[in-house]
Amino acid sequence: MSTELVTMNIGPIHPSTHGVFRMRVTFDGETIIDAEPIIGYLHRGSEKLAEERTYTQIVTLTDRMDYTASMTNNQAYILSVEKLSGITPSDRGVWLRMIAAELQRIAAHSVAIGFLINDLGAWHTPLLYLLREREKILELFEMMCGARITNSYLRPGGVFMDAPDEFWPSLNKFLDDMPNRLDDIENLLTDNEIILARTQNVAILKKEDAINASITGPMLRASGVDWDLRHRNPYDYYEKISFRRPLGTVGDNNDRYLVRLHEIRESLKIVEQCLDLIEPGPVKPEEVPFLVRPPEGESYVPIEAPKGELGFYLVSDGGISPFRCHVRAPSLINLTLLRDMVIGYKIADLFVTFGSIDVNMGEVDR
Amino acid sequence: MGPIRESFIFEFLYCHLSLEASCSSVRILNIAFIPENLSWISFTLTAFFWIFVFINAALVGVLMLIWGERRLIGKFQARLGPNRWGPLGLFTPVADAIKVMFKEDIEPTLSDKLIYVLAPILMVVPVFMIFPVIPYGTKTFLTNISVGVVFVLAITSINSLSVLMAGWASGNRFAIIGGIRAVAMLLSYEIPMGISAAGVVIVAGSLSLSEVVNNQVIPNAIFQPLGFITFLIASTAELNRSPFDITEAESELVAGYMTDYSSMKFGLFYLGEFMATIASSAIIVTFYFSGWRGPSFIPSEIWFLAKWIGVIAIFIWFRATFPRLRIDQIMSLAWKGLFELSLINVLVLALMIAIWPDPSGIQLLIMTLINWVVFFLSIYIFGKILSPNLTGNKITKRSVVYGLD
Repeated sequence: MSTELVTMNIGPIHPSTHGVFRMRVTFDGETIIDAEPIIGYLHRGSEKLAEERTYTQIVTLTDRMDYTASMTNNQAYILSVEKLSGITPSDRGVWLRMIAAELQRIAAHSVAIGFLINDLGAWHTPLLYLLREREKILELFEMMCGARITNSYLRPGGVFMDAPDEFWPSLNKFLDDMPNRLDDIENLLTDNEIILARTQNVAILKKEDAINASITGPMLRASGVDWDLRHRNPYDYYEKISFRRPLGTVGDNNDRYLVRLHEIRESLKIVEQCLDLIEPGPVKPEEVPFLVRPPEGESYVPIEAPKGELGFYLVSDGGISPFRCHVRAPSLINLTLLRDMVIGYKIADLFVTFGSIDVNMGEVDR
Repeated sequence: MGPIRESFIFEFLYCHLSLEASCSSVRILNIAFIPENLSWISFTLTAFFWIFVFINAALVGVLMLIWGERRLIGKFQARLGPNRWGPLGLFTPVADAIKVMFKEDIEPTLSDKLIYVLAPILMVVPVFMIFPVIPYGTKTFLTNISVGVVFVLAITSINSLSVLMAGWASGNRFAIIGGIRAVAMLLSYEIPMGISAAGVVIVAGSLSLSEVVNNQVIPNAIFQPLGFITFLIASTAELNRSPFDITEAESELVAGYMTDYSSMKFGLFYLGEFMATIASSAIIVTFYFSGWRGPSFIPSEIWFLAKWIGVIAIFIWFRATFPRLRIDQIMSLAWKGLFELSLINVLVLALMIAIWPDPSGIQLLIMTLINWVVFFLSIYIFGKILSPNLTGNKITKRSVVYGLD
């Protein structure tokens, strides 16, 4: 029987492309022969815009890159600015932004897991359970800085305002409640036969391939590489904190799911330790001017964002805005292996794999 | 006019129209006016009335199901569900229907016009034909055809043709993949469904749905659990509902075979799907939950309705809980799992009926016990021992390891 290959454009408008991603996929029946990712539908020129803004204004641009993880974007950018201009942040500011960043990691991983399960076809039930937990984090952010998603909370030297008094009991309540909710999610998903059958041994990413493609973040750890920048190259006060790094054993979609789920538990522990160590004080040193004017030079500080290694490469010519700003976006680099991972699998696996990579198109295109 | 006159609801109306002599015992009010030699007029009028009632009841049932499914899934998903329009959001499906009707009707240029229009009609019309043959109560049924079991199985399988037509005629690649998947899947699941239904027929000793209900002393769901499970899974697949919704798989194929349909054509698909859910639930109640039977202090129609709603709720529960299976897993589940399980069920039942052709109460209980033993044994063998080799994907329960400091 003679058959024909079918080439299909999936996206940019499609329910499970997490934004505006497009793939030109060639199928043989149900089997994927080729998948060519096409990006650029959400390009907003953030890096170029940054050259026209002051160092403080750029914080708002970083919010909009990975819009599920604004706090960590802020953190990566601010660390780079602080290194460039030699600002020493205040203690309380650093603890506050670590709390914010870890809460943001929980929120981002909740979204990642939820949408991964949604790509499996679970009719939104686990997604909504996880979004409900994320909602609580967004409410905490609202208390901290007045914004829920595009926070712009961090400033060179710390954060722009202290968290109000009612924030701390709410945070404690969340920390007490969240492990139980995670147990619920695990009961529902982790040993679900259908999820295991759909995700195990699908789109296996080997250790060597992952390292060669400079994959970072949970995706790398799911392949069994113990590489977490909070541990390997501690920034902020992460060396004062102890936490475990969950690693996958096989490197398939199921491991990527499990690693994220267990990272949420570790993040909760980190927040608890931060709460023990935080002390009253100024959230930002008095001497940091509103208009930061770093000396000539360049800086790059990588951090462990929810999706992988995120860093802002800033070049200063001594002016009030950077001469050049480049973002090392984990989503973009993690996405490069999609083609190699899905070839030979079925149509349905394409979307699950894409979901398990956990990209954010705002960050891919910037 | 033979079998249809057995139906009480038909007879009742007919006798209040016709002056036939045989009717006088049924008549409560003396309002009949059509003479006996014109009985075909009263027959036609009665038939039209009941067709009208059944179609409208089915449509209202669909509206209720849409509302009920949304409310119930809302509860499953820790949210409210529709609650704006009318009390408890009851009018939301009405608003939906109005919205769908007033949408622009788009015909894709690449479509095959005739088949494109016919497909949604073929989706809806056959489902209407199931409702009249279902016995809703001791006397409440419209017609009792002697091959009811075969009839409902035949009618429910027509929708795979409609899905293929829609997928083919749309001229869209998402749609054609959905259509091809539908044919592969729906045809495979016909077989375990038919074989499980054979178990019901063996126990009832008749193909008539009324007899199936009459002879169910113990509900078949308890009497032959293996047949019930295979039938339930197969009909979930027949209905294209989660976890077997690969034909319209939202996260993969946008909307599968109905991607290119808009306006009322899409509305008909929507209607057809929900109506098929209602019809299939009625079939399951009749086959496996002993239809209208129940303690007599509650009218038989209420029993039927309660069981009906219960089975529909099971389908909604499935949808809220399970992720979707992949096409190859669905096929191997049908051919390497359900097919054999339904065969085992039929073989065991046939053997036992051959030994005790007319079982007494205690013999029925022994047969139930044997069936349950067979059920657990075969589910264990297929689910735990054979399944890793059957699906080709060895599942192991895993956890993460932790990085060393």
